[in-house]
Amino acid sequence: MSHHIVELKDVCYAYPDGTEALKGITFRILHGEAVGLVGTNGAGKTTLLLNLNGHLIPTKGEIAVGEVPLSKGTRQEIRRKVGFVFQRPDDQLFMPTVYEDVAFGPINLGLTEEKVEERVTKALEMVGCLHLRNRPPHRLSEGQKRSVAIATVMAMKPDILVMDEPGSNLDPKSRRQLINLLKGFRHTKIIASHDLDMILDVCERCIIIKDGKIVADGPSEELLLNETLLEENNLELPLSRQCRPVKRPS
Amino acid sequence: MTFDLEFFNLGYLDTLSNKDTLVHRIDPRIKIIVSFIFILFVVSFQKYEISSLMPFFLYPVFLLTAGDIPFKAIAKKVLFVSPFALFIGIFNPLLDTQIITSPLGIPVSGGWLSFLSIIIKFVLTVSTAILLIAVTSFPGICEALERMKFPKLFVIQLLFLYRYLFVLLDVALRMMRAREARSFGGRGKEIRTFIRLISVLLIRSVERAERIYRAMLSRGFRGEIRVLRSLRLRPFDIVFAAGSITMFYLLRNYDIVDLVGAALEGVLR
Amino acid sequence: MHMADALLSPAVGGAMWAGSLGTIIYCAKKLRDKMDERLIPLMGVLGAFIFAGQMINFTIPMTGSSGHIGGGMLLAILLGPYAAFLVIASVLTVQALFFADGGLLALGANIWNLGIYPCFIGYPLIYRFIVRPNASPPRITFAAILSVVFGLQLGALSVVLETVLSGITELPLNTFLMLMQPIHLAIGLIEGFATAGIVIYVRTLRPDIVDDLEGVKSLASGVSLKKVLVTMGILAVITGGAFSWFASTHPDGLEWAIERIYGKPELPEKQNPVKENLAKLQEKTAILPDYSLPSKAGKEGEEHAPSWPAVDPGTSLSGLVGGIMVLMLVVLFGIGIKIARKHKEQL
Repeated sequence: MSHHIVELKDVCYAYPDGTEALKGITFRILHGEAVGLVGTNGAGKTTLLLNLNGHLIPTKGEIAVGEVPLSKGTRQEIRRKVGFVFQRPDDQLFMPTVYEDVAFGPINLGLTEEKVEERVTKALEMVGCLHLRNRPPHRLSEGQKRSVAIATVMAMKPDILVMDEPGSNLDPKSRRQLINLLKGFRHTKIIASHDLDMILDVCERCIIIKDGKIVADGPSEELLLNETLLEENNLELPLSRQCRPVKRPS
Repeated sequence: MTFDLEFFNLGYLDTLSNKDTLVHRIDPRIKIIVSFIFILFVVSFQKYEISSLMPFFLYPVFLLTAGDIPFKAIAKKVLFVSPFALFIGIFNPLLDTQIITSPLGIPVSGGWLSFLSIIIKFVLTVSTAILLIAVTSFPGICEALERMKFPKLFVIQLLFLYRYLFVLLDVALRMMRAREARSFGGRGKEIRTFIRLISVLLIRSVERAERIYRAMLSRGFRGEIRVLRSLRLRPFDIVFAAGSITMFYLLRNYDIVDLVGAALEGVLR
Repeated sequence: MHMADALLSPAVGGAMWAGSLGTIIYCAKKLRDKMDERLIPLMGVLGAFIFAGQMINFTIPMTGSSGHIGGGMLLAILLGPYAAFLVIASVLTVQALFFADGGLLALGANIWNLGIYPCFIGYPLIYRFIVRPNASPPRITFAAILSVVFGLQLGALSVVLETVLSGITELPLNTFLMLMQPIHLAIGLIEGFATAGIVIYVRTLRPDIVDDLEGVKSLASGVSLKKVLVTMGILAVITGGAFSWFASTHPDGLEWAIERIYGKPELPEKQNPVKENLAKLQEKTAILPDYSLPSKAGKEGEEHAPSWPAVDPGTSLSGLVGGIMVLMLVVLFGIGIKIARKHKEQL
């Protein structure tokens, strides 16, 4: 069933000190789409994501998630649909053990103990961290923290997965594991990242943001291989597509 | 102790507390209560009683050996925190010079006896405190406190503090290293720089707290945090508690040591 | 200036624990009902911040030695008295467990000494009294230094009283005070200055943290001056009254009490030169000239109960030998357990 699940109409946001971070953002995302959000630091990616989750409310324009318009009153409801994975896993894992962190969401949803156990087990299995359930978070590696952070969100069975820089600070293997994990999710995905190769791999569609405005919105294969477009927006080609002379042993 | 050492020490005790031995498996509530009662008995000794204190070493020794805790680590920590007690205690020999006894013909003043008593009490109480955390995980202690009716807000505070302690120590460590790298021979450690450093650390901490709060909200937080309840008293725990406390009581009120000494003397004659 | 278990008596230690625990319960109750939920992560992180902050040292001007901040007043300024007290208590608890700072019994005393005075006296009665919103840096500095110094002086005084009342040390009250108070005056001046510096600097970058984390402190600073003064007044009268009754009816009031509890009297004291000098010094500086605390340079001519022949200070020969024997047995016991464990592991 294909319907718009996320809809932004002319969204503007200005911080309390006056800085305009978003200047009229409009786009629609369909059910099941994977969309990459790309742009330099300060372009407005994080602000946009925080608006999507109701942490910030647009100063102008409208956001609707699953047909529910975003407002102070509907924030909680929308947060149930949107699973937000923050930039730093340490900020998301605040309970004494992995189990309790993953259970936090389901418990707040009001589920019974058995259901909570079920959700936690499934979520941890999904990210391959079931064996870590009794570990305290400060004893996890970066990659494990990332995975568990995703599990904490998955346990709430969100419709949409929003992720802010999921691949940063990961070693190559963990990064690859993360990419495979994301590719396996059928959820609607919105991923903000500097890792253009990851976006290319995981998201079929890509939105480029500059100075709070959308400058491009289209298939990743097109946008992310368009060198001119990327350079105009202070970006570069994905590393895997950059022609690097290979030194051949003579 | 330098910053680095303190940092790793914290992690080390944390690691030790996750072992799985007989002692580790005892209910944390029992360990807390027994340790506390132990300390009360130890500090109740009068100032010139030395030998009667000796059997009390049984408790920390038991925790140490049955809990598979390396002796050196505990010894180092005890040594490290001794200055204050020693500093106060050293006045005793200076002020109390009345000769109390002369074992083997060497006169010993009351002051030295009470000083020795302070040292022994110090070693007993401090080692027990460290051993307690070495054989009990911190979350275990927190849950024990909650079950013992400590206010939940305080318990949650302890858990959050513990959780973010390592994170913040890491941040502070980096800041110190950066300061180290840019200060040559002491300049840079002035109070002005310090104030800047700490202020930045404070702001970053508050920002972190704001991000955590957002993460909590994203997962439906509405003010209640549920602490996991997994503690269950076993018969062994009760036996351990009853046995230890009885033993402490007997050792405190009956002079076993004198008996042992007299028996030994009798044998040697 | 953390108290240690070895210097406390069960009575004093227990009393301090009762006080601290009561205050913890009180603060938790006060916060629970009207608390902004943002406080939960904030308190936790700030506790970790204080912990980490204490590890960063700076050189003290004019002495060359290094110091670090305590942070009690800073917490009170940032979080208000109730939340700050809980945070201080939590930091001390972790320190007591992981660093053996003092001990488990002394933890009660430490929470009291380091928490009550900044949170319920220094902050509401001094700092808030002087500092208004948008106060100038000099005003903040003055308020911070005054409140920190006051809080630390009270804290140091408490340590002295706790130690002396416990009767473990021979240090006379006055000498102890003369050691502790000046040191903590100096510490207070520096910490007050540092606290002010932090508050002022943070205010330039993020005024909302200092002036009033929206909603976070509004309920928290509801400590009314009148209530506190009245409560303290009542407490002072009660303790003063109890003390002087003891002193008047039983010249060796506390000694008498201890004798009753433990059944073993103090041994007779003989004069010695050091003690004589201290006694003279004490008379000159005596604060409570008619009152003597146990195991101190007592008044001249005091009569003590004759020592019982059956008293065992653990120093007779059999006691000594027995003590060494027992110690060896304990060590053997420990080694035995270790062997038993190794054996079990190998199976």
